[in-house]
Parts: sequence; C-alpha cells; structure tokens
Amino acid sequence: MNYERISKEIRRKVIEIMYKSQTAHLSGCLSYVDVLVFLYFKILKIDPKKPFNENRDRFLLSKGHAVASLYAVLAKKGFFSGKILNSYCQNGGLPGHSTIGFVPGIEISTGSLGHGLSLGAGMALAGKRDKKKYRVFVLMSDGECEEGSTWEAGLFAAHHKLDNLVGVVDYNKLQAFGRIKNVLNLEPLAKKWKSFGWEVKEIDGHNFFQIEKAFSRIPFKKGKPSLVIAHTVKGKGVSFIEDRMEWHYKNLTKEQYELALKELE
Amino acid sequence: MRMAFIKTLIKLAQKDKRIYLLTGDVGFSVAEEFIEKFPERFFNCGLAEQNMVGIAAGLALSGKKPYVYTIVPFVILRCLEHIRNNIAYQNLDVKIVLTGAGFTYGHLGVTHYAIEDLGAMRSLPNFTILCPADPVETEKLTLKSYKTQNPTFMRLSKAGEKIIHNPDVKIEIGKPIVLNRGKDGVIISSGIFVRTGKEIVEKLKEKGYNFKLLSLPTLKPINEKALFKEIKEKKLIFSLEEHNLIGGLGSALSEILMKKNWKGKLKTIGIGDFYPRETGEADYLREKYIFQKEKLIKEILKSLKK
Repeated sequence: MNYERISKEIRRKVIEIMYKSQTAHLSGCLSYVDVLVFLYFKILKIDPKKPFNENRDRFLLSKGHAVASLYAVLAKKGFFSGKILNSYCQNGGLPGHSTIGFVPGIEISTGSLGHGLSLGAGMALAGKRDKKKYRVFVLMSDGECEEGSTWEAGLFAAHHKLDNLVGVVDYNKLQAFGRIKNVLNLEPLAKKWKSFGWEVKEIDGHNFFQIEKAFSRIPFKKGKPSLVIAHTVKGKGVSFIEDRMEWHYKNLTKEQYELALKELE
Repeated sequence: MRMAFIKTLIKLAQKDKRIYLLTGDVGFSVAEEFIEKFPERFFNCGLAEQNMVGIAAGLALSGKKPYVYTIVPFVILRCLEHIRNNIAYQNLDVKIVLTGAGFTYGHLGVTHYAIEDLGAMRSLPNFTILCPADPVETEKLTLKSYKTQNPTFMRLSKAGEKIIHNPDVKIEIGKPIVLNRGKDGVIISSGIFVRTGKEIVEKLKEKGYNFKLLSLPTLKPINEKALFKEIKEKKLIFSLEEHNLIGGLGSALSEILMKKNWKGKLKTIGIGDFYPRETGEADYLREKYIFQKEKLIKEILKSLKK
C-alpha cells in the first residue's frame, strides 16, 4: 500500500475542509497524519462495517482539536460517506473536536488536554479483565505531556502492566503559544516515560519505514505499556505552514489554499 | 452510611460482574470485604484522582459499571472538569460515591469539607445527585441508582448516623419522603439534617404546632410535581442543608417554588458564603456555622406568630 499517497490525499482533504470552515488548528492536524494513516491502514484491527465490535482495536484522539485528520481518515476507510466531511465545523455539522455520536469510529469526546490516556488505560484495563485481545492506541500532543493527569495515567498504566495500551506522542515541538522548550520544557521526554515504566521508541513521525518498524510488534515489551515518540513537524507538507506557531490559529486565504494544494499534488 | 453503601455494593457485585470499585487511597476499614471477595475488580488508584475519573470513564465505555469512592472535595472539586468531560458529557454509567458531606471531617479543616460540591454538580447535565440522610436511604438509593445507567453522585456523611426510617420505607429517586404530616408548615432537608428536622418537628409538636417533615435525598433530578404536591398548600417552609446556601437544596427549592408561582415564606438555612475559620467536631461546626436547634425553633415559632 502506498501510504505516502494516502497521506497526501488526507492532507489535501484536511486543507480543503479547513479552508471551507475557516477554523483553527490546521498545523496540529497535519503533523500526525503519517502516523494516523499507517495505524488505520496497516495496524488497527477495525471493521468500518462493525464500528462497535467488542474486539476492535480502539484509537483515541486525546488531542481532540486535530480531529479533521481523523475524520478524513475514517471517511477514507469507509466508516461514513466522504460527503459528511463537508459539514466540518459548519453549523450543526461535524464538531471541531473529537466528539462521540456524530460519526462512527470516534471513540471518545475530547477537547481539553490530558484526558485521553486515562480513558485509554481504563479501556485497556477492561480488555485485560475480559481477556480480550484488543489494543488501545492513544494519540497525544506534546503539549498535553505538560498536564499532570497525563502522568497520573502513565503511572497507572505501568503499574497495572497494561501492555495492550499504546501511547503516541505527536512531538512537533510547538504548542499553542510558543515552543515547548521555551514554554515548559519536556526534555528528556523519552527518559521520563521510560522512568515511568513504559517501553519507549523514538521515530521520525514522517518516515514510513520507521513508523512501520515501531508499530510492527506490540507490545514493545511484554508486561509494559508502549510509547512512541513521533518526532514531527507541525504543519507538515505545506512549506509556509511548517513549524510556524501562528498556524495553530490562522486560516488559509484563497491564494494560500491553492498554493497548499499545489504543494501536496 | 458508608458501611450501608459498601455492604449493598458487595451484594450487587456478587451478582453483577460489571461492578468495579475504584478508590483514591481511601477505604481502610470499609473496602476490605469487597477487596477480599472481588480482588480483580478493586483498584486503589492511588493519589491520582483525575486519572481515577478517567479510568472509570474508560471502564464504563467498555461495558463496566464502575463505582468511584473517596472523599468529596478530592474528586468533585479537584476533578470537576474530568467529571464534566468524561462522565457527564459522555453520559456514562459511573457512580461517584463520596464521604465527608458538609462538616463531616470537622477536625481536618476546610480542605476536607464538602460545602460547595452540590453547587458545582447541580450544574452538570445528565448527573443524578443523591444525599441520603441515614443508612436506610443510603442502602435503598444505592440499589435504585444501580438500576439506572445514569452518571450519579452520592454524597455520604461517614459513619454512625442514626437510623431515621423504617426498613420498609419507600424511596424513589427524585421524590420526597414524608416523615411527618402537619398543616402549620414544612421542614425539608437532605442529608444529615433530616435527623435534626425530626427533633425540631417533635419539639414544635410539644408547643402545639404540627409541621410536615420531608426528606429530599435527591437533589437532581427533582420530581417537581411530586415535591410540589407535598408543599403547595403550606405558607411556611424551612429548608436545612449542610452546604453553602448557594447551589444546594435551598437554591433548588427556590428555583422550583418561583417557577410554580408559590406564595409563601421560604427560609433557607445552610452555610453562609464564607470559609469557616474554626475547626472542631462536625456537630460543633454545624451549630456554630449553620444553626442551633433551640434558636431555630424560636425563629420558627416567631414566624408562626407573624
């Protein structure tokens, strides 16, 4: 499967629906697309026709503001019609944060940061108790590693040996109002997670060879939760959006929109 | 109350494997029997209450029936947004059962008091809020709420509460329980002051006045029709609560009575909008910061003569 081609298509779709809606969070949507595509098209055991199957793998988007990419991927996978994407952030349409009850495939409602990992740990715990094989993937932002509750969940998951839980940190190094290292430094991030009892892999989150290698065997170590630190570029794929803080907020003009699509051809 | 809760929960858990009990490093001399019987379904989540709320939500999203048990402010106030986003908003079947209503933990000081929790929780959609007055109400409400899928907050005192009700008393979520009938006025309470209300009603009887006494263990949703039926003919109502006067029973009653265009005098008695400076035994604080029984009786008699 040509993941790069799918990723480009998803990025184009994200740009299209966010240009239409003129809403924020474009750069954070673009940064984790490659990991998301690989998970949905290779790793996750899911059936779009049976979105509530008890044995499905769960994917939780803890950084709920980046839901546009998830909608685009879910539509591409066939969870719902691509036409629904046009309602993104339109009045009464698809919400601008991961929200249950609008389209199948969205597992939890998020929007405030630092919640997803606890919910994922709860699901992983239920899976262990029920002796189910499903895995729970929680995609977090780097910024939300500043939330204390993320680390509470980190302790809990390791303590209860939830090796059916996989955390992914979209480490694009930029948060809403500054560079992580200047706002509230997370380094050494991998060491922190390791010291919390997680088995950690660090990858280039845009390199499919590395993404594939990281997720090829889960858990990374029996009896431990797994964590992938995906080094990414916020706004990846569009030169003038990449690694620029203001694109956490800004909306595309018509010229920028056309230019962005051209770059993603 | 807490033993009435845990014993009832153990009975339920014997039949229902979906029941999980989560605590935030509390439960000494309470949770042991549950732990012994269902070690796989008990988690001391440690001093990480925000995560505990999230774990409960994750369990509920996976078909479990989790109960969260600790002390009121450590969950309601510390984790309010976690409760809102993960339980209320997603409308999950999580029961939050907490001890320490009002001044229960008197000597431990304001950090341990639960005096703002009802105001916070009443404003969260989807939640059922229960404040039992005694072990009988606790047991029956544990059973009733178990049968629902609603997110529920049950606010308990702690231990040693006197039994007020007959064991066969009928209790419905949302409805008041009539403990005494009388035409001269109404005393209505939730939680520990139902007991005091009973004493006051008896004293008033000695003085020749008959007051209706209502226990309203549900603060949300209140069955307004059932409640109003009990009080609409009365012109004088006293509400007693162990909570800030903003946001609890008195506020709920005011809202309902205004809406129903009730004409009479409602006197809400609770904690003023301040943090008590003193600590001490719960009953000492209740008398100092809420009301003294004898003074209140005098006030009621004065109101009757007006």
